[in-house]
Amino acid sequence: MAGVRQRVLGLMHRRAELRAWALLAPGTFWLLLFFLVPILIMFVYSLMPRGVYGGVEPGFTLEHYRRFFNPLYLQILNRTFVWSIAATLICLLMGYPVAYLIAQSGKWKNLLMFLVVLPFWTSFLVRTFAMIFLLRDTGFINTLLLQAGLIRQPIEMLYTPFAVMTGLVYGFLPFMVLPIYASLEKLDVSLLEAAEVLGARPAARFFRVTLPLSLPGVVAGCLLVFIPSLGSFLTSDLLGGAKQVMIGNLIQNQFSAARNWPFGSAASFIVMALVLAAVVVYLRVRDRSMAGPGLR
Amino acid sequence: MAAPPPDQPIVQFTRVSRSFGAVKAVNDISLEIRRGEFFSLLGPSGCGKTTTLRLLAGFEQPDPDGGEVRIAGEVVNHRRPYERQIGMVFQNYAIFPHLSVEKNVAFGLEQHKVPRAEIPGRVAKALEMVRLDPRTFGLRMPDQLSGGQRQRVALARALVLRPAILLLDEPLGAIDLKLRKEMQLELKQLNKSLGITFVYVTHDQEEALTMSDRIAVMDNGRVAQLGTPAEIYENPRTAFVAKFIGESNFFEGKVYGCAGNQWEIRGPLGNFRVPGDARLTEGGVARIAVRPEWMDLFRPEALPPEENGLEGTIREVIYLGETMHVIVTLADGADCTVALRNEGQLIKPLPWSRGDRAAVAWPPEDCQVLEED
Repeated sequence: MAGVRQRVLGLMHRRAELRAWALLAPGTFWLLLFFLVPILIMFVYSLMPRGVYGGVEPGFTLEHYRRFFNPLYLQILNRTFVWSIAATLICLLMGYPVAYLIAQSGKWKNLLMFLVVLPFWTSFLVRTFAMIFLLRDTGFINTLLLQAGLIRQPIEMLYTPFAVMTGLVYGFLPFMVLPIYASLEKLDVSLLEAAEVLGARPAARFFRVTLPLSLPGVVAGCLLVFIPSLGSFLTSDLLGGAKQVMIGNLIQNQFSAARNWPFGSAASFIVMALVLAAVVVYLRVRDRSMAGPGLR
Repeated sequence: MAAPPPDQPIVQFTRVSRSFGAVKAVNDISLEIRRGEFFSLLGPSGCGKTTTLRLLAGFEQPDPDGGEVRIAGEVVNHRRPYERQIGMVFQNYAIFPHLSVEKNVAFGLEQHKVPRAEIPGRVAKALEMVRLDPRTFGLRMPDQLSGGQRQRVALARALVLRPAILLLDEPLGAIDLKLRKEMQLELKQLNKSLGITFVYVTHDQEEALTMSDRIAVMDNGRVAQLGTPAEIYENPRTAFVAKFIGESNFFEGKVYGCAGNQWEIRGPLGNFRVPGDARLTEGGVARIAVRPEWMDLFRPEALPPEENGLEGTIREVIYLGETMHVIVTLADGADCTVALRNEGQLIKPLPWSRGDRAAVAWPPEDCQVLEED
């Protein structure tokens, strides 16, 4: 009897396993073919000599990686990190209060969240072009200020770091608001009441209860803003012009105009490695700063 | 400042109302809670008991013209919860999920700027008070605790601040029966040994009867009756209270006349007598409640003349061990429940069975004349 039972259980177990595989198969196939394979191809390219008319030639070289550590490129990389961190912080400072207020707005919640994601209805490209009309010397802002007599000459905004930062923050703000809202929205009100009854004034209540409990949303939001910021090239291209190049523009340029695929691939891998390292460090720091157990 | 007089109530509600839109959740209630007593707010859901507790905690404010809430003699209508010196145990415990047990308990001490050095000792003492070993449980996270243990952490977290009043919002609702009985006794004991006033919200009448010094039965935003458990059970003022606390049979009739110190009532089911009562007037309507255990059952022909009796047919006999409930359908089709005590061998074999004609009977003095709800 025990043998039969074992076999039936084994079969059922295998059935469940099969079903899991069947459910995973399409996604796995897709990712393997269109994510892993291109990445592997890029990795191989980054280690091969450059062809005369683009493409690669057979062989092995670390030249492209070496070439990246050139002051010019490192400066671009440094600028990209600084801007991405700045954009993330600005999004956090602007997005948290928005998410907080929406989470507390009762029956208006859904409408307000709808407004936050509304920009996604238009393509990012079109919206970035719209920013040009807003920021250029003869644009909306300058015209308004000139007509009001507040300035004599237009303020130079387009093709400055300010324009790029504005574009980044504008583009990624919803990615900060959404996860923070999600974690604030499910926050149990009685925890806040418990804090209050235990003597916590509003500020203490926020920093000791609300903020720690919404930290998963903050972490998700920061990653969702920081990583795409690092890789962005459209914003800096359209709003930053030739002077405000980010690493994304450099890579894009290698694959298009410069036709140096191996170097573009190598640069991509260096950026990927740095993002990975930055994320690991960030999560470590967060884990340490979370209130751990222990009173003393 | 002179010490307050010992008989000053710790809590006073004076004509307090709180509305949500058109709904009067708390409607003009006045009550006093004495220092150190175990006071329960009892009622069905939506009766206003939780709103009353929240008014006391400071999470709700009375309406602009909605009376006064006083704690230790001072009006606290607009004082925030953190300015009130109260502790509270929430229905779902509201333990901070990101803090360990000892940090949960230390939370209030830190907020009240208790010197750092004192905190670990007071936390350990509070945990011991609720019978959680600080060494075993101190470092655990809330998701590693059972429901009963969380309950104790919530209690320790509130008690560690030595509040003057502890508010408890149906704290035993979510734990199993055996543990609940144990906690009921423990809470009662803490109330007496610490001298802290407990204000306890529950919809469970048995729980309220077990633990309370006094109970306010609430209905529709008002206090239907306030008194000791015995007063409320023995002398329910309205049909609502009689129905909500324990079981009752209700009878109605016209007040016919006075005979000695008893009133004669004539009802559709027959005549009965009730003890003299100032609220009754000749020609008026009398409503009475009779507890099942105040009644007895006789063969119709054997009814003692000094008792009130109404005839009917036995619909169901329910054996409950300690007691036996006999449900008798009376002439108007209404059911009347009689509880017979199991007095040993006398009752075996069961003397009553379904379909028997019987008379439910009770002495005239064993009934409660009710007011309108």
